[in-house]
Amino acid sequence: MTTTTARPARPSGARAARGNHMLTASDKVTLSVMAGVPTLIQAVLVWLPMVLSILLSFTKWNALRLSDIKPAGLSNYQFIVNDYPPFWPGVAHNIIWLLFLALVATPIGLLLAVLLDQQIRGSRIYQSVFFVPVMLSLPLVGIIWQLMYARNEGFINNVLGTAGTPAAIDWFGNSSVNLWAALIAATWRHAGYIMVMYLAGLKGIDPSLREAAAVDGASASQTFFRVVFPAMKPINIVVVVITVIEALRAFDIVYVINRGTNGLELVGALVVQNLVGEGQVIGIGSALAVMLLVVSLVPITIYLSRAFGSED
Amino acid sequence: MTTQTQPRAKAAPTASPSKLGRPHYGTHVFLLAVAVMWLIPLGWTLYTALRPFADTAKYGYFSFGGGYSLDNFATAWTQAGMGKYFVNSAIITIPTVLLTLFFASMMAFTVSRFSWRFNITLLIMFTAGNLLPPQVLAAPLYSMFKFTPLPLSVSDSGNLLNTYYSVIMTNTAFQIGFCTFVLSNYMKALPKELTEAALVDGASVWRQYAGIIMPLCRPALAALGTLEVIFIYNEFFWPLLFIQSGDRLPVTTGIKNLQGDFLSNYNLIAAGATITIIPTLVIYLLLQRQFVAGLTLGATKS
Repeated sequence: MTTTTARPARPSGARAARGNHMLTASDKVTLSVMAGVPTLIQAVLVWLPMVLSILLSFTKWNALRLSDIKPAGLSNYQFIVNDYPPFWPGVAHNIIWLLFLALVATPIGLLLAVLLDQQIRGSRIYQSVFFVPVMLSLPLVGIIWQLMYARNEGFINNVLGTAGTPAAIDWFGNSSVNLWAALIAATWRHAGYIMVMYLAGLKGIDPSLREAAAVDGASASQTFFRVVFPAMKPINIVVVVITVIEALRAFDIVYVINRGTNGLELVGALVVQNLVGEGQVIGIGSALAVMLLVVSLVPITIYLSRAFGSED
Repeated sequence: MTTQTQPRAKAAPTASPSKLGRPHYGTHVFLLAVAVMWLIPLGWTLYTALRPFADTAKYGYFSFGGGYSLDNFATAWTQAGMGKYFVNSAIITIPTVLLTLFFASMMAFTVSRFSWRFNITLLIMFTAGNLLPPQVLAAPLYSMFKFTPLPLSVSDSGNLLNTYYSVIMTNTAFQIGFCTFVLSNYMKALPKELTEAALVDGASVWRQYAGIIMPLCRPALAALGTLEVIFIYNEFFWPLLFIQSGDRLPVTTGIKNLQGDFLSNYNLIAAGATITIIPTLVIYLLLQRQFVAGLTLGATKS
């Protein structure tokens, strides 16, 4: 399919170098503009804000006037770590979010891909079904599951027979269960995404690998875990990176439910709470964002070193 | 033993000895169960949306009593002002996707077809930018837009906040990185002879880009375009941050108000949610393969 044609050929320096010699002056101007404009856009709207975020995290500012920006040293970080009640619950929830995606949602996606890869009847129909939530926005996923979870009107409590009784659980409102309820909603979408990735990965496996394993008398599970899964290393890395980054970015679903409060605190949502609406605390929001940035550099570096490692 | 299992493994899809038939039977039961679980939230939303509030109040939501109608859709559409949201989504999505593909394809062309200082470094930085959590850029972008003065005739806030421009610009900048990465991989794979011949004939680099490379990239552009339309349509964060006027929000950010608009009238919330699925569903039915190709395009690299 398209994926196979997209595979890059080995870069040939000789070709490019020769090409550069034949460029006219106007060609060089054209190329500078073609590379310069997108680079300028990136520089102003991505790289500069990233740096400013770090700088703002060491200031105190309410975003009213530029002249109000006051240096604050590490006080924002100290405040967040020592005196900002939702911070540590947020960190804990982000870790739970990551573990749940990594240990439950991603394996479900992998399992679905493996089952659907074995040319069974109706494979395409199943794929389409599992894929629908991937096309939906996360806020919409939150709203759809709100309808499932509502105390008296929701599907779940009605199936459990507790709807309308005092035993009915408000799945998104009860702070002892709502994180897990939100994670099930997130899994509904994440698993389909991972399934698509692994279906592409499994298609790329050389069939002779499986045949060789079968000849050697390997069982189906041995073949998968010892031969097929290791052979999908490139996709595995992408999936790990996607999962970690999704867990760090997570905020949309909880923001739609209750803006990320009452058991649904996530660092990504706390950033937004400090920036949106009245009484903005830019320094605190930036310091939280910088913490996210530092952690996210780990998966980003892993991804980049894999994607570009062979070329640089 | 080994000689027996080999042909069997090859013939797996059609052969039906008990050893192979049983696992597939179990697989079907399992997949069917998961598929039903996957469809319940969608089915429940649609079912709730189709029932009048009075009937669900009388018989309960979990019942078959009462009638079915499309009234909730009409009510949700007008009461929540969803028409406006859809127009706003179009105003934001269409220019964003076109600009993103335009800039990304130019950048990808220069980094993949020519070798110059920093071309790989820049490509790495472009790719890295797209992987950042958007929250990292939120406070500075908000402040930058707030302190970018605009004439009141252009923006009633006197700056870039509360304008479509802010959302279009940010979405474009954020997506260029990913599209550049995907397109540069694609362009690198195109044979060098294509542009070399043109170069000898004296064709300018712009002609190489517009006349040779871009037409060959059509499959990748179609896949990326589809993917980006869904991405931008589904984007929640930037409009939430930059747009204060409710009547300028796109659908995805606007639907956060559904619960407030309709309080506990779940029938109307369900109808509103269903309406916002429709554009996605249309794209899904028409362009599912493009979308999947786009998703995996960035992930598969030899």
